[in-house]
Amino acid sequence: MSSLLVLAIVVAIGVVAFLIGRQRAAAHENGTVKPHSRAHYHGWWAFLLAVLPALLLLAVWNIGSSFYLDRHIHAVLPERTADSKVASEALDVSLVKSLARGLRQLDGNTALPATFAELQPLLAAKGVALASDTQDYMIPIAVETNKVQGMLGWFGAVVTLALSIAGALYALRQIAPRARARNSVETLMLWGLLAASTIAILTTIGIVLSMLFQTITFFESVSPISFFFGTVWDPRFADAGSGGSRGQFGLIPLLAGTLYIAAVALLVAVPIGLMSAVYMAEYASAKVRGVVKPALELLAGIPTIVYGIFAVVTLGPFLRDLSAALTGGSPFIQGQSIFTAGLVMGVMLIPVVSSLSDDIITAVPRAMRDGSLGLGATRSETIKRVILPAALPGIVGAILLTASRAIGETMIVVLAAGVAANLTVNPFEAMTTITVKIVNQLTGDLEFNSPQTLVAFALGLTLFALTLVMNIVALYIVRKYREQYE
Amino acid sequence: MTDIPMDTMVRAAAHPRRDIGLKARYAAERRFRIYGGLAISVGLAFLAIMLITIVSKGYTAFWQTTVTLPINFDAKMIDPSNKRATDPSVLIKANYPKLAESALIAKLGIDPSNKPMVMKLKGFLSEGARVQLRDIVAADPSVIGTTRDVNILAAANLDSAFKGQIDLSVEEARRKVSDQQIAWMNKLKADGVMAEHFNTGLFSYGASSRPETSGMGVAIIGSFYMMVIVLLLALPIGVAASIYLEEFAKKNRLTDLIEVNINNLAAVPSIVFGLLGLAVFINFLGMPRSAAFVGGLVLTLMTLPTIIIATRAALAAVPPSIRSAALGLGASKMQMVFHHILPLAAPGILTGTIIGLARALGETAPLLLIGMVAFVADYPTTPFDPATALPVQIYMWANEAERAFVERMSGAIIILLVFLMAMNITAIVLRRRFERRW
Repeated sequence: MSSLLVLAIVVAIGVVAFLIGRQRAAAHENGTVKPHSRAHYHGWWAFLLAVLPALLLLAVWNIGSSFYLDRHIHAVLPERTADSKVASEALDVSLVKSLARGLRQLDGNTALPATFAELQPLLAAKGVALASDTQDYMIPIAVETNKVQGMLGWFGAVVTLALSIAGALYALRQIAPRARARNSVETLMLWGLLAASTIAILTTIGIVLSMLFQTITFFESVSPISFFFGTVWDPRFADAGSGGSRGQFGLIPLLAGTLYIAAVALLVAVPIGLMSAVYMAEYASAKVRGVVKPALELLAGIPTIVYGIFAVVTLGPFLRDLSAALTGGSPFIQGQSIFTAGLVMGVMLIPVVSSLSDDIITAVPRAMRDGSLGLGATRSETIKRVILPAALPGIVGAILLTASRAIGETMIVVLAAGVAANLTVNPFEAMTTITVKIVNQLTGDLEFNSPQTLVAFALGLTLFALTLVMNIVALYIVRKYREQYE
Repeated sequence: MTDIPMDTMVRAAAHPRRDIGLKARYAAERRFRIYGGLAISVGLAFLAIMLITIVSKGYTAFWQTTVTLPINFDAKMIDPSNKRATDPSVLIKANYPKLAESALIAKLGIDPSNKPMVMKLKGFLSEGARVQLRDIVAADPSVIGTTRDVNILAAANLDSAFKGQIDLSVEEARRKVSDQQIAWMNKLKADGVMAEHFNTGLFSYGASSRPETSGMGVAIIGSFYMMVIVLLLALPIGVAASIYLEEFAKKNRLTDLIEVNINNLAAVPSIVFGLLGLAVFINFLGMPRSAAFVGGLVLTLMTLPTIIIATRAALAAVPPSIRSAALGLGASKMQMVFHHILPLAAPGILTGTIIGLARALGETAPLLLIGMVAFVADYPTTPFDPATALPVQIYMWANEAERAFVERMSGAIIILLVFLMAMNITAIVLRRRFERRW
């Protein structure tokens, strides 16, 4: 019996339990004893008891039986010998499993042929394609696996349904005028809410663990020292299964490119964004604010891929032709360059800087502003000598947050910064970044055990650590600053 | 000292005003103001330039050139040995481009035995004619033996030439359309046979190696699946988490940890979520690559912090008096939240959700890592089938060299931006309309 069907039956039992429970409880409402909970709470309690434990059991049972099956196949597979045709034990198991899945598509009446060569056309007729290195001895094992799996499935289904019915009956028996059904339901709801809020923690743990494991595997084949301090990036894509030729995985050129482009972007974004925020907060009339603020929000809402395409299709060629016209021949700005990528990223970050600093500037207390103006300072002097110094920690935090956005930005640099891992100081040449290399290493066909693939996770972990530190420092500064004036 | 003559006495003249540099200070003030205005103009000018270049490059993508030809579904050509009753595959394999070509030859009045002229027709009509005519025959085999007018797609180069995007002053050998083809094109145009129609294919076709038969059908469906998954998962989980943190959580280590986590996740680079999806969902849990379901899960994790932060702000904005009133009337805390606070906070939650969805719709980087850069020609029927997404489709077209793909890409960007703007404007309108000041 498939898990989906069991699930549907369990939910159906729950619905029936809900209806019965609500009706029984409603019968008490006109009695002499004042009921503690409304009727539908009794219904919900019956539903929850019928469904939740049963589903939990079903999930555990399914995971457990798939583990058991793996062990079982391992145990019955013949001893591996030197001339085994299949590359590894794990591959053996997965071949048996996919064979078993294919056999389930066949109807049980036809006699199974003994060799895979005869079996293959039968399966192909059902639309099942199997790897050609499936061996003859796997057929009986697959048949047996199917039998065991079927039995496990049936047993699990029966136990689950029994538990569901038992839960429903237990809840229905409890129904009484003074039974505290509402409290029980609300306690369960509270646990549900708590579980939802821990997903944030689980995500962070998932990010760290998944990248950590792959990174550790990566460091088994490439030493951390040559990764963190290497100045040459040359991963050399290896052929599948060749074990990976030795490439060089130096982080330095990527890190330098990342920081260089981010620095150019910040040079564009911070002055413009900050000045816009100051203007909007201190000078602009309500009418101007009403137009400019939504427009800046719009700029912030444009996906980064659009910026990237603008950089590579329009701005890059334009700057190249412009520089060619200026020198009268060879262009000194390349089509993909640090300058182009940084400029476009800077424009993307303008609304980020301006909205963050807008919040911070408006948080400076009115009294400080009025005091300075009352002493005869002009508005710009008030801004420069009073407001900006007072807002400085917050602005530093905002810039840090922006910098972390710039470092983690992907699509603009993938399109506009180039893929060659150079080390250069000329902003008009191409350089590449960490995020570009993560994308490069992971698009296309992957093998999960070659250093060429795993290096992406090491890069990702580096990126995560870098941005994490910046974010935490920035959030700390911003929060502390906000409290200062409250 | 009383005998000082009056005329030698220094009269106290009006004290000259002390120079406190007021002029310079006012000049500085004006300059500062101008800088501020300039900064904003630079930002807005960039927005304008970007939108104008994209629209000017992309609006032509919404029209497609076709040639209306009287196609003779000749039984001798489609099914020479008359086996279609027993072997339907004949209808699939027939040489349909030949049908279109002969119709074009007849229309242009070329002598079919003049081989060099016939060769020059190569690349005039789209290869997509095969599928177009095959679908007509497959849908209704009774057309065989009859003649009917069909709008055949022109090839991408002819389409560009027809739209006037090819520079005809370049010498013939160096452009993709020959002079003879241009002459034919002008003849067909004068006859009113060759014309531009609204490009429905842009919305319905899947991936193709030919620009004129490639479209965003698969990408739109893939993006739709992902948005549904994000909405179904991120909204309930996000609201539940916010309710717990805002209404129930005691101030302790766990709550602090959760808050720091959420704030940090909101600022983690999106590509990191792609790595998470690849390692956990695809590698560890064995979910299929390129599937909209995995994309939806990754985008859900990415959108959650946005929704949680917006929801918490909306919940916190509901005044305490409402809470006290509900509790005072005997509601339990759970009833207070679900019957009173949540409905009042709903507009704020909705706004945050729409903004989060808009961000998820435009997100590309994590989807590249979970294999959504795929050549998918068939519509995905379930979220577990291979699919692409709107921004990923744009990225793939950006990597194509042909001019016609750039046109389609700009068209796709326009569509994506229209979707996003519609969502953002809905959010702004909702906020203005339902926002309550307590």
